[in-house]
Amino acid sequence: MQHYNMNLTLKVWRQKNAADKGHFETYPVKNISSEMSFLEMIDVLNEQLIKEGKEPIAFDHDCREGICGMCSMYINGRPHGPWQHNTTCQLHMRAYQDGDTIVVEPWRANAFPVVKDLMVDRSAFDRIIQAGGYISVNTGNAVDANATPIEKDKADDAFAAAACIGCGACVAACKNSSAMLFVGAKVSHLALLPQGSPERKSRAVNMVAQMDKEGFGACTNTGACEAVCPKGISIENIARLNREYMMAGLTEDK
Amino acid sequence: MKWSELFTSSVGKKWIMGLTGIFLVLFLIVHVGLNACIFAMDGGVMFNKAAHFMGSNAVPRILEIGLFAGILLHIVQGWSLELSNRAARKKGYAIPMGNKGSKWYSRSMGLLGTLLFLFLVMHIAHFWVPSRITGLDPVLIDGKEFHNLYGEMLQLFQGNLLVVILYVLGCFALAWHLLHGFQSAFRTLGLTNNRYLILVEGAGALFSILVPLVFALMPISMYMGWIK
Repeated sequence: MQHYNMNLTLKVWRQKNAADKGHFETYPVKNISSEMSFLEMIDVLNEQLIKEGKEPIAFDHDCREGICGMCSMYINGRPHGPWQHNTTCQLHMRAYQDGDTIVVEPWRANAFPVVKDLMVDRSAFDRIIQAGGYISVNTGNAVDANATPIEKDKADDAFAAAACIGCGACVAACKNSSAMLFVGAKVSHLALLPQGSPERKSRAVNMVAQMDKEGFGACTNTGACEAVCPKGISIENIARLNREYMMAGLTEDK
Repeated sequence: MKWSELFTSSVGKKWIMGLTGIFLVLFLIVHVGLNACIFAMDGGVMFNKAAHFMGSNAVPRILEIGLFAGILLHIVQGWSLELSNRAARKKGYAIPMGNKGSKWYSRSMGLLGTLLFLFLVMHIAHFWVPSRITGLDPVLIDGKEFHNLYGEMLQLFQGNLLVVILYVLGCFALAWHLLHGFQSAFRTLGLTNNRYLILVEGAGALFSILVPLVFALMPISMYMGWIK
């Protein structure tokens, strides 16, 4: 694709802190290369703001290669921007044309309060993981990955679910701010494997209980989560979570 | 886990929606089947006999109590979920996602359900109240007296365009509600996987179009004079 430069208008959500009401600020950005990533474009804008003596825009980022799950921008009405199976850091400016206006908002959900500007607090996800998204190995080292034979289909499904990077786009896209795709993926990738089996009941029950406690909504199967997931996590994992949860609820001894 | 916790968690509440939803889908099969007796073209003899059975036999009368309980639970639970789901995002987006990734009717189940509730109030007042409480005109079939529910239908739909339009609109709301609800119920109950998904979605789409279509044909046929 031919390289080109563009001038854009950015409307960015600015919010000093969690208590601030927040507002949109409009910024013109000039000479943006089509080869830049979206975050590099924001870097350029921030350099410009610093030179002008203004506060740069706060945003989350870490690996910038689409695997850490830190970047979290809601761009023109879609989490992570217009591309399929993509994170904000891997969105490139060739997705835009000269003269475009781009509106950037933080994830919106009560369970993800805004810390500053485009940064939200996603520690609710960490607490859900702490409630059961692990396997307990009480002694010794982790065993070799291939010590337990697992059939290929199961291993593939577990791997596909484990690809979840916990970015929160599913919550941001859901009309109910539901975290069911995230929890579904985390419960699935362990429930499908023999190592995850002993704790599968308590895991499903405790993770759902923590999810409810954090203030996420219930799932109505609209499919918006699956459509925006950068890792293409299937909504099938939600059905599996529903099944795991009810089986656990009906058969637990306590 | 306590039983109360099982059914008051977000997943448990959705299970109740799914179970009552499938129960109501089963009811629709009975309802559309019985009402299709009006297409027997026998001046309502078969339909009145079927309606008489449903109103006089103990089994359907007991099931009727379950039906009202199921509808009520589905409505109350649905509204409660709709409110708590809306409350989970106090500050919304400047640019909503709209149809990027989901169908409008899948996001409008609360609205469609409320429209269906309003339809049901009208529908129960039109037919259930007279046939069970206030009484209907009698009609003689084979020398025996029956409630003339068929006559009541004819009277309501013939020459009454507004009522016919309201009923057809009710069928549209039902079709869209089912188009999402049928397959969603199976997903919520954890009954779908890649093998069954096509079956559930296919059966759901077919059901959602066929059943409301047959229902809509009833007032239309009477209004147009295709059945008398």
